[in-house]
Amino acid sequence: MKISVDQSKCCGSGMCVLTDPDLFDQNEEDGTVVLLVEQPDAAHEATAKEAASLCPASAITIS
Amino acid sequence: MTELISEELPKTRQNPFDPPAGVTEIRNKARISRLKFADGHLGWLVTGHHQVREILGSPKFTNNPEKHHVFDKRFQSDVPEDRRKAEPGMFLSQDPPDHTRLRKMLQGQFTVRRMNQLSEWIGTIVDDQLKHMRTFDGRADLVKEFALPVPSLVICALLGVEYDERHRFQEDTAKMLSLDSSFKEAMAAMQRIQDFMRELIARKKANPGGDDMISDLLATGEPTDEEASNMAMLLLLAGHETTANMLGIGTFTLLQHPDQLKILKDEPEIIDNAVEELMRYLSIIHFGPMRTATEDVEIDGHLIKAGDTVLMHVPTANRDPEKYPGNPDELDLRRPASGHVAFGHGIHQCLGQQLARIEMRIGFSKLFQEFPDLRLDVAPEDVPLRTDMGIYGVHSLPVAWSS
Repeated sequence: MKISVDQSKCCGSGMCVLTDPDLFDQNEEDGTVVLLVEQPDAAHEATAKEAASLCPASAITIS
Repeated sequence: MTELISEELPKTRQNPFDPPAGVTEIRNKARISRLKFADGHLGWLVTGHHQVREILGSPKFTNNPEKHHVFDKRFQSDVPEDRRKAEPGMFLSQDPPDHTRLRKMLQGQFTVRRMNQLSEWIGTIVDDQLKHMRTFDGRADLVKEFALPVPSLVICALLGVEYDERHRFQEDTAKMLSLDSSFKEAMAAMQRIQDFMRELIARKKANPGGDDMISDLLATGEPTDEEASNMAMLLLLAGHETTANMLGIGTFTLLQHPDQLKILKDEPEIIDNAVEELMRYLSIIHFGPMRTATEDVEIDGHLIKAGDTVLMHVPTANRDPEKYPGNPDELDLRRPASGHVAFGHGIHQCLGQQLARIEMRIGFSKLFQEFPDLRLDVAPEDVPLRTDMGIYGVHSLPVAWSS
C-alpha cells in the first residue's frame, strides 16, 4: 500500500491526523497535510484507508 | 426519471432529538428529490449521506450566496440584491482561489496539535465554570452557567477579545440567528457586530504583538482590514454558538438516555467516540447547508443543472441507514460514528472542528464527573427548544444536583 497526498487540495481540517497521527501531521504554517509514512505497515492500513475516505478535500489517495 | 416533488420542507420535529419525520419519509423514498423554493425555483433536496458528501465535496457546486435561489420566505421580499453578496473575508461563502487564500491564513492556528496543546488550559476553564455552578444552591440553568460561557471564554481568549465585552456580540448573534428576526433586524445586528470587530482590529493594529489569533493574523500583513474584521467575526460567531448548543442539547440528550449516560460514566475512555455520536445524532442545524451547481452535474442518476440550488439536510443524512445500518435513530455511544457530516464536508468543512471536539470532550467528561447525579429540574417537555433559531439546541436547561 502506498499513500500519496496533494497539499494543493488540502483544506487543513485535520481529519487525517485525528484518524492516525502516526501516518499524518500538519504543517505548522498553514495546517496542510504532511505525510509521515508513505508505505504503511499492515497495522496502519485500515486507518490509512479511513483517513483517505474521511478527508473532506479528497487530498489523500491510496494505491 | 419521475422525481418526487415537495412543495415545502417539513420543519416540525416530533421530539427534541430527531429530525422532522416528514424529511425522514422523503429520504426513505428518494435520497435526492425536488423541492420548491420561496422564489419559485424548483430546486433539490438531498437527504442521503453519501449524496450529501458527494455534493459538498464537488468543485462543481458553489456556496456563493449570490448564486443561491431564495429558500427562506423571510428573505424573499426585503432583501436588496447587493446585500446577498459575500463580504470580503467571509471565506465560508467564497470559492477558490479567494477561499483558499483566506482559509490558509487561519488553518495553521487550528491544527490537531495546536488544539491538543490547549487541552489543559480548556480544562481549567471548564473547572472554573463548574466551580461557578456549585455556587448555586443545587440548581441552575446549565446553558447560562456552563454551556454558553465555556466556548465563549475559550474563543474570546483565543481571538484576543475581552470576555467582559461579550454584550457587544452575544445578544446580536442571537438576533442574527433568530428565525423570527426580519432581514432588516438580522442585518442591523450583524452591522453592530461588524462595528465591534472593526474597532477591535483598529485597537490591535494600534497595539501590535498581542498573543492571540487576530494579532497573529494581522502580523502576517496579508488580509485587508475589512477582510480581517469579517474573518474575526466569522470565528467569533462560529466559535461560541455552535459548541454552546452542542453542550446544552448534548447534556439534555444524555440525561434523557440514562443507559447511555451510564456507559459514559462507567467507561469514560469512550468520550472521543461519544462526542462523534452526539454530533451525528444531533447535528444541531435544522437543515442545510445549501449549494448551487455551477455546471450541469449528475449525482446518483439525477441531472442537476447549472444554476440549480440544492438544499442538503444534514440531520437526516446523519441518520441514513445506508451509512449507519441497524439503528441509526438510536443514540449509541459505542457505535463507530465517524464520517458524519455534522461538521460538513468538502473545502468548507468546519475550520474549528478540532477545537470544538476538545471543548466537548472535556466539557461533557468533567460535567458528569463533577456532578454525577445531575438531573433535569423540569419536565422534559418544558425544556425550551431552539426551534426559532438557525442553530438548534435548547434556550435553557434547568438542572439540579444534590451532592
